[in-house]
Amino acid sequence: MNPRNVGEIEDPSGVGTVGNVKCGDIMKVYLKITGEGIVEDAKFKTFGCGAAVATSSMATEMIKGRSIDDALHITNKAVMDALDGLPPIKVHCSCLAEEALHAALWDYSQKNGLAIDGLKPPVNDIEELHEGAFA
Amino acid sequence: MEKVYFDHAATTYVRPEVLEAMLPYFAEDYGNPSSIYEIARSAKKTLETARDKAAAALGADPAEIFFTGSGTEADNWAIRGIAELYEKKGRHIISSAIEHHAVLHTCEYLEKRGFEVTYLPVGEDGIIRVADLEKAVRPDTTLITIMTANNEIGSIQPIEEIGALARSKGIVFHTDAVQAVGHIPINVKSQNIDMLSLSAHKLYGPKGVGALYVKKGIPLRSFIFGGGQERGRRAGTENIPGIVALGKAIELAVSEMEEESRRLSALRDKLIDGILSSVPHTFLNGSSVKRLPNNVNVSFEFIEGESLLLLLDMKGIFASSGSACTSGSLDPSHVLLAIGLPHEKAHGSLRITLGRSSTEGQVEYFLKELPPIVSRLRDMSPLFEEYLKISDPARVSG
Ligand SMILES: Cc1ncc(COP(=O)(O)O)c(C=O)c1O
Repeated sequence: MNPRNVGEIEDPSGVGTVGNVKCGDIMKVYLKITGEGIVEDAKFKTFGCGAAVATSSMATEMIKGRSIDDALHITNKAVMDALDGLPPIKVHCSCLAEEALHAALWDYSQKNGLAIDGLKPPVNDIEELHEGAFA
Repeated sequence: MEKVYFDHAATTYVRPEVLEAMLPYFAEDYGNPSSIYEIARSAKKTLETARDKAAAALGADPAEIFFTGSGTEADNWAIRGIAELYEKKGRHIISSAIEHHAVLHTCEYLEKRGFEVTYLPVGEDGIIRVADLEKAVRPDTTLITIMTANNEIGSIQPIEEIGALARSKGIVFHTDAVQAVGHIPINVKSQNIDMLSLSAHKLYGPKGVGALYVKKGIPLRSFIFGGGQERGRRAGTENIPGIVALGKAIELAVSEMEEESRRLSALRDKLIDGILSSVPHTFLNGSSVKRLPNNVNVSFEFIEGESLLLLLDMKGIFASSGSACTSGSLDPSHVLLAIGLPHEKAHGSLRITLGRSSTEGQVEYFLKELPPIVSRLRDMSPLFEEYLKISDPARVSG
């Protein structure tokens, strides 16, 4: 297990956190986006199994250098393909990775008052992280 | 790289003396014990010697031992057998929240068939309260099935008291002792046990062979139908090599138990102390006193168990976890939830189970490798980041 892009970005353009502690996977993605709308840098932090870490690593790797429109087309399937597939029980990890990218892009769009075609607010945003995680 | 097998509760290797004892029964004395010629007679004799050994290990009579194809089969047979045998008297069973799935899923099957099952809660220590048991007993209770020692957190139940209570109420008491036999002292008579399941591969025997002890006088019916093997109660040509191995393994385990459990308890305590003192935000799961000599189970906050296992694996260390990813479902271990752990702490659990191959050197190696692995995963964890922000608001970050 040697993931790339682990860490945080100072002053990120967008941050998205998805998943929940109940099912045992939480992904947080940080994006740095240039004035021209190109993803300059991407980093992540993940609480989860090996597949969750691997999909986070791959998804952040794939988004770097892309335009926002392009970035929206990084699907969970593309992440899985890039990893040479995942066992069925781990497919949800790739979905979470896709959602994490989208959540970070959503955050960026909100902060900048942009409407990005085809981007919806994250559905999987986590409440537990703030409520019960450290009880 | 050193290989450190720290998962003896999952299974053990077959020790050389046991392997040697079973080998002749594959290709030399391969006769069917039901036949009458010479190689069959020797098989038959060996079968009965193995039965004597298993009986001696439990303080039982050889006629009370029935060999099965696994610990799981013994559990299924005991529970379904008693439930159905005494169905007319009542349809209530008492078990616990931390049983192995061999017991839990059998109980669930019975629930679907109209039986009622009370699952006793356990304390933080992973131990039931006898007072709870007493309250749960009803006139229609026919069976109490509570494990001797837990496979995940190693907690040891008050078997003798449970047995005494069951006996005073005329209820059959079965115990899944798969993790206990050969590891802690067991005597079915002094502990008031009516039925007990065991399995060879947890005590340096092979996989796929177990036994059920059934106290004399309990007319447990056959569960697998066919020939007249095991005095008509468990059909199927006997797994002679496996049964011989079970006999040898259990005999050795019991004769070496005192010394080995002293050795393992010391290693266990060294591990527990070492982990808790070198890794912050870590705690022990289960009882620190009533605990199997070979079991360590700890939770590391803010990290997830499977990724911990993967990083340990890269260092040649083989252990297990109660996280969802390792249970093959989305929920973490039912045992850890039953002792009151919130989901995220159950996800961060690590189980180490020691055995004959474990050494002081391995414990030291593990204690050296563990802290940087946990730190690395915490650096990767959004939960830890959040925690740092809450505990130290001065820290600025994204
Ligand atoms: C407590 C307990 N009961 C039952 C079993 C099942 O035994 P077997 O693997 O022989 O079916 C196990 C082991 O997996 C166990 O730990």
